Amino acid sequence: MRDRLKIMPLLASLAALGIIATTIIGLPSTAPGLSAQMNANAETIGIKNVVTAVLLDFRGYDTLLEISVLMLATVAVLSLRVPPSESRRRLTGESGLLLGSLTRLLAPFMIVIAGFLVWVGSSGPGGAFQAGAVLGAGGILLALAGYDRPAWVRQSLIRVALTIGLLAFIAIALLPILNGGTLLEYPDSARKTLLLLLEGLLTLSIGASLASLFLASASRGQDGGGR
Amino acid sequence: MMHLFDILLVGVLAWIAIGSTSEAKLFKSIVMFMVFGLFMSLAWIRLGSPDVALAEAAIGSGVTGALLLDAAGHLRRRPTPYPEEDASSTEEEADA
Amino acid sequence: MSTYLIYSLGGAVIFAIGLYALLARRHLVHKVIGANLMGSGTFLVLIGLGNRAPGGTPDPVPQAMVLTGIVVTVALTALGLAITKRYFSATGLDDLDTDPREGDHP
Repeated sequence: MRDRLKIMPLLASLAALGIIATTIIGLPSTAPGLSAQMNANAETIGIKNVVTAVLLDFRGYDTLLEISVLMLATVAVLSLRVPPSESRRRLTGESGLLLGSLTRLLAPFMIVIAGFLVWVGSSGPGGAFQAGAVLGAGGILLALAGYDRPAWVRQSLIRVALTIGLLAFIAIALLPILNGGTLLEYPDSARKTLLLLLEGLLTLSIGASLASLFLASASRGQDGGGR
Repeated sequence: MMHLFDILLVGVLAWIAIGSTSEAKLFKSIVMFMVFGLFMSLAWIRLGSPDVALAEAAIGSGVTGALLLDAAGHLRRRPTPYPEEDASSTEEEADA
Repeated sequence: MSTYLIYSLGGAVIFAIGLYALLARRHLVHKVIGANLMGSGTFLVLIGLGNRAPGGTPDPVPQAMVLTGIVVTVALTALGLAITKRYFSATGLDDLDTDPREGDHP
């Protein structure tokens, strides 16, 4: 069933295209931007990957709010799922030869790659979000291949994994206030350690959140929610 | 020389975007959207941002694609009023 | 025609395509795809405009903002699709134009 071409949305989108395109063309073709200052500042704090430095240090407040947006969306999606009492279905353990063997091969690698991405994120491309995405994709893959949630992963553990990133970030952000500084002012002596710890916890939280976003609203839900 | 590559890449991106929003079948739209995400990764590399390329490939194409495919699979079933959704809708395969 | 201009204008085109899909397509999942395209177009414009430095090094601040934006977009997509699935479970419809009270289920 093909929708017919609608005039008003077409005019709206052409108008948007016109406005944005003329604005872009009207901007100067060279602008220094902030890259010089960012590079200089990143060297003073010792993180070679400038984007990670900007994300976690210079614009740390944006990242804090973004993690809270992700948590809010997870809460909303989890609240929209079918209640466990009404869906006693479990993902079947049989998943076919190719998917099962590929998952068994890939899942440990994905965990290792996630850890590597977090570690290398301070000196090269990588970081908490990319590692969290790989972790979340690993969780989704395991669930789709039919691996049920093991018994030691209880509801409380899932909730801890989901919230620890945001709570740690808020704690690290508020701690300097107690010592007389301002919000998110990291102490220079412990900066690298603090940022690595924060990135690790953020990775865990983002991975758990992305996997929960998929698994909680998945049509054949496990009872008890996402991984 | 690289301008030709850039123009071709942006042309492909626009073409795939149009295709992803104008296909009648939902599955085709979603697959084209995942391909769009992967081509966006190439665009990020050309624009000098490997972090964004990693994130776009993993999150923008992978997780979003999985979410969309799951929604498409869910919407294909017989519409039964909730909560009388019974065990008859367990015939779907695990698509991954 | 420099590199940044190609990608920024391309981003504007993709934004327009996404806007049309969001407004004009009837199926809810197509609307969600349109919203995603609008986001991706905006990111292209942002990072494209950040590549104008004369030295050649791209500006890291838009890249950080786009990383944030990608994560927020996936949260938006997940929530939109969850609402779509619940709406389908409740009424059996997958578009907003059909009135569920009139009883014309597909």
